[in-house]
Amino acid sequence: MKYPLRLGLFLVGAIGLAILYGLAIARMPGEHESLYGRLINQLSQPQQHIRDAVTAVNFDYRGFDTLGEEFILFISVTGAIVLLRETYEKKKEEQMDAITPGRAVSQTDAVRTWTLALTGPTVVFGVYIVIHGQLTPGGGFQGGVVLATAPLLIYLGESFEVFKRVTSTPLIEITEAIGAGGYAIIGIIGWLAGSWFLQNVFPLGDQNNPSVFTGGTVPAINLATGIEVTAGFTLLLSAFLQQTLADRGDS
Amino acid sequence: MHFAPFPVVIPLLAAALLTALSGILPRRLIDLIACLTSASVLVVCCYFVHVTERTPIVYWFGGWAPVHGFPIGISFVIDTMGAGLAAFVSLLVLGAFVFSWYYFESIKSLYHALMLVFLAGMCGLALTGDLFNLFVWFELMSAAGVALCGYKSEETGPLQGAINFGVTNTLGAYLSLTGIAILYSQTQALNMAQVGASLASKNPGNVFVLIAFIFIASGFMVKAAAFPFHFWLADAHAVAPTPVCILFSGVMVELGLYAVARIYWTVFAGALEPYAATVRQLFLIIGVLTALVGGVGCFSQRHLKRLLAFSTISHMGVMTIGFGLLDAGALAGSALYVLGHGMVKAALFICAGILLNRFQSVDEFELQGVGKRAKWTGILMLIGAIGLAGVPTFGNFFGESKIEDALDDLGLSWLDTVIMISGILTAGAVLRVWARVFMGWGERRPDQAAGAPKIPMQRETEGQPDRTPWTMWTPAFCLLALSVGIALSTPLRQSIESAAHHMQDVGGYQTLVLQGRVQFKSVPAAEEHFPSFWRELLTAAIAAALAAWALFPGTLGTAGDAAVRVFCAPLRPFRAIHSGRIGDYVAWFIFGIAAYGGFLLLRAA
Amino acid sequence: MTYVALGVAAWLFVIGAYGMVTSKHLVHLCICLIVVQTSTYVLLSAIGFRAGATAPVFYDISLSTPAVDSVVQALMLTDIVVEATVAALLLALIVQIDKRTGTVDPNKIDLMKG
Repeated sequence: MKYPLRLGLFLVGAIGLAILYGLAIARMPGEHESLYGRLINQLSQPQQHIRDAVTAVNFDYRGFDTLGEEFILFISVTGAIVLLRETYEKKKEEQMDAITPGRAVSQTDAVRTWTLALTGPTVVFGVYIVIHGQLTPGGGFQGGVVLATAPLLIYLGESFEVFKRVTSTPLIEITEAIGAGGYAIIGIIGWLAGSWFLQNVFPLGDQNNPSVFTGGTVPAINLATGIEVTAGFTLLLSAFLQQTLADRGDS
Repeated sequence: MHFAPFPVVIPLLAAALLTALSGILPRRLIDLIACLTSASVLVVCCYFVHVTERTPIVYWFGGWAPVHGFPIGISFVIDTMGAGLAAFVSLLVLGAFVFSWYYFESIKSLYHALMLVFLAGMCGLALTGDLFNLFVWFELMSAAGVALCGYKSEETGPLQGAINFGVTNTLGAYLSLTGIAILYSQTQALNMAQVGASLASKNPGNVFVLIAFIFIASGFMVKAAAFPFHFWLADAHAVAPTPVCILFSGVMVELGLYAVARIYWTVFAGALEPYAATVRQLFLIIGVLTALVGGVGCFSQRHLKRLLAFSTISHMGVMTIGFGLLDAGALAGSALYVLGHGMVKAALFICAGILLNRFQSVDEFELQGVGKRAKWTGILMLIGAIGLAGVPTFGNFFGESKIEDALDDLGLSWLDTVIMISGILTAGAVLRVWARVFMGWGERRPDQAAGAPKIPMQRETEGQPDRTPWTMWTPAFCLLALSVGIALSTPLRQSIESAAHHMQDVGGYQTLVLQGRVQFKSVPAAEEHFPSFWRELLTAAIAAALAAWALFPGTLGTAGDAAVRVFCAPLRPFRAIHSGRIGDYVAWFIFGIAAYGGFLLLRAA
Repeated sequence: MTYVALGVAAWLFVIGAYGMVTSKHLVHLCICLIVVQTSTYVLLSAIGFRAGATAPVFYDISLSTPAVDSVVQALMLTDIVVEATVAALLLALIVQIDKRTGTVDPNKIDLMKG
């Protein structure tokens, strides 16, 4: 299709879509208490001893959605690796020899110091966010992404060689699968015990003294999710970096 | 009741397991685990079909049953229609695994993991009763589908097909999510039954409801390849590996239509009661356009897989007509059509895969005459072509006749012609291919090689050029045998009829989910008579004539040449529109949504 | 007040789609798709907003404090994860297309004509 025709078709459609969207917005009710949200806000602490209502919705009330979402992450990472690995396998021998330590861009002392110094606190902070998800804003996904920046800091501070040594791909793939499978298994525990799938069957802990263990299955699910997200993003990072560096080694 | 999470959770767990152990397990064991998983899902879903004849199963995840009639958790609502679709999904996945047993190059076990997750997503879509859960499984299907489509990434074709697939489907999915959010603002619920009850009682005005409907339906219509959202399907099919094409054409696009139907009846049917005629008109228009565009596209292709993809688009148009009548009999017809068409199309794709395995080509002209060495494949393809035409008891026959009966009842008999045209064009194209490839008929023109499409054909399998392995043709044979016999069984037809009635019974659905009481309307006893089949025989005859004319265009003389020129004149802009450019597809998507939404508002407001 | 936010959501959707239609670079197209996805975040959080209410985290506030809708925030979280992963998948495809054809202009890749 010629470009002006495409643009014309789009503009007609866009005006129509904007009108439709605008009409829908105009007829949306103004603010008032949403019944669903209010119910969850009121119920999450007394029922499940979880202080963060968003985490309660994500991992308890609507935990099944989150199981699907975890597997979307899992399968997209798998898919991206499958797609990126094809060329990499072929050039593996030539390129990996070509990337000698001498080829890496040597970092200045300032960069090295700061990135390596920050790696430790990043890991601690990430773990903190993961395990406190049911008390304060946070959880497996948020903490997992923070944790995944730790290998990135290592790559920025040191060279690709060190990064490769730290993130050995087969181990991380297995970790990711364990994280994803772990979520499903936690759900199955309740199912096999005769109650519902993903039912919160672990001890809920004390409502008035919240700790990292209150909330029943939620801390365990948070941990599994955190492991999976960290492993997934590290794998993505590793795969994309390998492609880029194989490219650069090529030219 | 306890088995409700099984069809979704077990494949997911198996996929995680296969990935974790991918380095250790031998290939045969991986294949075996995958086949066993899909077989077990098939068994469980068949059990569901049997058990939910009278009452659907409602399963609340996490045990979160409704609080004072207000659902706060996610539910699976398993009725016969959904369970039947899930069973069909797992059947085709099993067939795909058998087809790719050992001969399909798999990178460790990642192919199997992708297919199992794809299975889980499709089962989840078929069984769920919650709007956002529907969106999550839809996205899971799309992600796994994109990865599977671009699987053979040594060539550029799969990559472009996968990008077109991924971008258009994601865009549609996000418009659906916009619609879900807009509905949430009004109804404060995500459970389908709750939203439906809330919409019907609050009545926020027809403009709002119609816009929410068209937004939510748009993403699923993209998946269902309705016109003008159908462009991605041909691209994706042309380059996806054969076992993946089986799933795409056989069941993935049909699930898009199922989602639209489910959403319409559970959420919108109450609120849109006064506008049912307009909705009916809209879907009839969509169905007719899709059927015609698909049929024309099908007949003008020479790339075998792309040809079959366009024929899927055309048949989806017929199924949309069946749904669009908003009548239980027509819905049952569409369901039967899904079954028959899915099996026949899967078998045809397997034939294409066998040809690719032995002769390394799927171009019709390159393959001319070589099929004489593969007689049995030819017979399978011939039966498939007859099934596409809807010859009595094969493939599409029962579904098509039920839809036509419903059309006659509603006084819309002229649409029978559209269904016939779709059958003629698609069956004619496959017959033409069969005759050219397996019989060697057809004039050879010197300009043949010049017109070959640029899509490079890659080897999928460690092929054995001399003979076809039994694991390849067995699924095709079984599926075709099933498609011939299965609709002859009256209990199956009655079961589908009552499933269609249950799907339309909005009040019964809501009472069951929200209050736990069973209160379904009784299903009228269906009069059993063997449908009239003169239309289908006529379709098959005209299709054969069309194929013969395409093979030997010179025989009709100057009148024939003039007819060719008239027929082919609109083909050039038609093919120009199917350009493969993603920008075009997005423009058509936006235009299509605006046009359909505008149609609804102008007719109903 | 929230009508402004809702209008922004509508605008983001349309402008993201415009970017996709006129794109000359596949990575730009992928980012425009992310912009379209972002419009759903704005829409969801605008729908959940309550004037004068606080975040739905009751760690050190009492349960009776008015709080915004927590369900839409959980939906947004799921939404963001889905978007990030789909983007990763598409970017991997784009990297491969660049390697195979040497171009990333979507208007120049011509394999699917007809």
